[in-house]
Amino acid sequence: MTVVFALLFYAASIVFVAGLGYRIYRFAKAPAPLKIPTTPAPVTEAGVVLRLFREVVFFESLFKATKWTWIFSWAFHMGLFLVLARHLRYFTDPVWTPVELIQFIGKYASIAMVVGLAGLWGRRFLVDRVRYISAPSDHLMLILLLLIGLSGMTMTFVAHTDIVLVKAFFRGLMTFHLNPLPADPFLIIHLLLVAILMIVFPFSKLLHAPGIFFSPTRNQVDNPREKRHVAAWARKLEET
Amino acid sequence: MAKADFKVPELQEFIEVPLLEEGTMAHSHPFHSKPDFQEPLGYPGELVENWEEKAIEKMGDLLGKYRSFQVFLDSCVKCGACTDKCHYYLSTKDPKNMPVGRQDLLRKVYRRYFTLPGKYFPKLVGAVDLTKDVLDDWYSYFHQCSQCRRCSVFCPYGIDTAEISMAAREIMDSIGVGQKYCNEIIAKVYKIGNNLGLPGPALADTLEGLEEDVYDETGVEVKYPLDQKGADILVVTPSADFFAEPHVDGLIGYGKVFHEAGVSWTLSSKASEAANFGMFIGSYENMRRISLRIREAALELGVKRIVMGECGHAWRVAYSFLNTLAGPFDFLDPNYPVPQHILEFTYNEIQKGTLKLDKSANDDKVLTFHDSCNVARASRMGPKPGGQFEIPRAVIKAVCNNFVDMDADTIQEKSFCCGGGGGLLTDDLMELRVKGAQPRVTALKNAMDDSGVTHMAAVCAICKSQFTKVLPYYGLDMDQIVSVHQLVSEAIILTGQKSDEDEDGEDED
Ligand code: HEM
Ligand code: HEM
Ligand code: SF4
Ligand code: SF4
Repeated sequence: MTVVFALLFYAASIVFVAGLGYRIYRFAKAPAPLKIPTTPAPVTEAGVVLRLFREVVFFESLFKATKWTWIFSWAFHMGLFLVLARHLRYFTDPVWTPVELIQFIGKYASIAMVVGLAGLWGRRFLVDRVRYISAPSDHLMLILLLLIGLSGMTMTFVAHTDIVLVKAFFRGLMTFHLNPLPADPFLIIHLLLVAILMIVFPFSKLLHAPGIFFSPTRNQVDNPREKRHVAAWARKLEET
Repeated sequence: MAKADFKVPELQEFIEVPLLEEGTMAHSHPFHSKPDFQEPLGYPGELVENWEEKAIEKMGDLLGKYRSFQVFLDSCVKCGACTDKCHYYLSTKDPKNMPVGRQDLLRKVYRRYFTLPGKYFPKLVGAVDLTKDVLDDWYSYFHQCSQCRRCSVFCPYGIDTAEISMAAREIMDSIGVGQKYCNEIIAKVYKIGNNLGLPGPALADTLEGLEEDVYDETGVEVKYPLDQKGADILVVTPSADFFAEPHVDGLIGYGKVFHEAGVSWTLSSKASEAANFGMFIGSYENMRRISLRIREAALELGVKRIVMGECGHAWRVAYSFLNTLAGPFDFLDPNYPVPQHILEFTYNEIQKGTLKLDKSANDDKVLTFHDSCNVARASRMGPKPGGQFEIPRAVIKAVCNNFVDMDADTIQEKSFCCGGGGGLLTDDLMELRVKGAQPRVTALKNAMDDSGVTHMAAVCAICKSQFTKVLPYYGLDMDQIVSVHQLVSEAIILTGQKSDEDEDGEDED
């Protein structure tokens, strides 16, 4: 079991890092030949940073669009963020102070995360428009995250696992040492699903996470009259 | 009320989100372009033989050239936030008119040919092959998007369906499937210089006629110059301003403002058209070629500034793209932005106090203002974000006593499209245009009923033409649409103007 999971996590990490790296490279490499910010847009770089901050932290546009989706989505993402931050304790030694401090909230954040996910999934059945646009993969992604959340919560609140050993296993992987992994069923399920999540991440709509930073309608400064903006391929047209 | 061979939607009390009904607009598509209109634009005359292959190749090309296209196709999480934001969905109930539904027509093909899951598990991620049916769907539904960007305001990643529609049209053009309306017009611009195919001499006649009209009415010699070398300002305006109502009243207004401001200006027969339909078909090359006429005209005439007339998409191309496409404009006066909007100019003159205005001239109206999509969500006026909302309203309020805004959810960045933008202003799409106007007309009707609004001002040639045509279908009057500079024109008192006795006679007819 230990060896299988060690290999699985190495493979998943490689796919995740290389895949995501490649997709981000594709986003970065394609130029934005025209100024297309959705206006009113900030007229300074600092303004753009603030706009992206509001989008990433508060989901500003989604808030304008639909309150129900926003509530569930925000609960899910903030829950996810805290849960992941709490998880850092398995990978760092000594555990960073901020991570230490959120251990308590992090535990309950998992509830927000799972409730949010359930609400989002419910929309896919209850709202006819959202039902129409949902492909099987959209359902599966939510199921995957729900199962990860529920298996994790089972360990936290019901059937504890030996997290000292879990930490030793992952710390070991980071330095290429094999330490035994506890064979608790919920841990096995949890980790298996996490590995799947890491593998599908670069090939799925989870690209929205890097995508938002590259979205020209959100990340461009509104200054086309003041500053000439020309892409490399467009400059070639000028030479002929 | 105008007659229609389709069901005109009834105006509801509110703008309601309907339950979806598949295929209600599957029959809607514009006339196909002909080889004569395709070739001048650099496209094949008819559907090429290996079109599937060519289309996918073109898609790959665009993915590498446009970050927006790549990021938008990958990032959508199907959250549904945009689904009830499109005026075409709200009025037709067709799920392929939901912004994400429209994107998905193309995204499904993208996934099939450009992503691993789409290649190996197409069913799982909803990927499909590019077939003739899919192409027909593209042609139909990418010509049911007015590229108004309302969806991009609400999408958490700013996914702009307009960008996808433009790319889709560019792909279709590249395999010989063009839309007649847009491509015929672009071909006309290349051949004659403007959308209407109005040659130089005809233009000169028209402008002379305007000078006479204004003289008869006011006793003041206001000039409407054409191709005048050495003028300070080159004015580029949509060709509808030269004769169509209510556009031409706006042009008369520009002339009066320039006259009072004491600046010299000129129109150009070379750049006798502000419209740039290259944007609608998503073609950088054509958009650039059309834009370059403005640069050439400015150089030939030796002007110092460029000012654009009232037009929505033209202002987007001018404000957001002109510097990119036809710049740098270092030969113009650096003290002024290039280009400027006529409203920026008029607003500044009002601030300076150069215009003598009699607001009571517009007392027969209660005004509201329609924020045109491309002005509201794709450009700006003045130095501050949101100036595109404030400046037109400030100008209207400076020349009218009665102004009321429509429902807050239907104006400014949330403005509802007129239903005729994005290259859809053609009679072969009348059903779509009438239906697409429904949310905007609903808001207008409510403002009429609740606040006694009588007229709606607009700053876009397409909006003006569209409303004049579709309002009668809803039992409203076509004259209710006015140009902002028409209001300015009514209120302005020219220096030396004869005090007018028959003023009442010359209002709208
Ligand atoms: C290699 C990566 C991961 C490891 C080793 C891991 C391990 C664990 C362990 C041992 C627990 C139980 C904690 C306890 O008993 O107190 C747990 C809980 C949990 N895990 Fe993970 N997990 C990983 C990744 C993830 C990911 C990616 C997610 C979310 C997508 C996730 C979501 C949760 C949740 C919601 C809980 C319950 C709440 C909590 O204790 O924080 N885990 N995880
Ligand atoms: C920069 C970080 C991120 C931002 C700003 C962000 C933002 C959003 C927003 C605004 C939505 C749309 C609303 C919704 O349907 O929930 C969304 C959806 C979603 N996000 Fe994220 N997200 C981020 C990172 C992540 C990560 C790391 C994951 C997963 C591990 C994730 C998983 C999801 C999923 C599965 C959905 C779709 C929910 C549904 O099916 O309705 N997100 N995200
Ligand atoms: S750009 Fe406008 S017309 Fe096109 S899908 Fe979005 S909301 Fe609809
Ligand atoms: S709002 Fe954006 S992410 Fe959500 S479904 Fe529409 S296009 Fe996709």
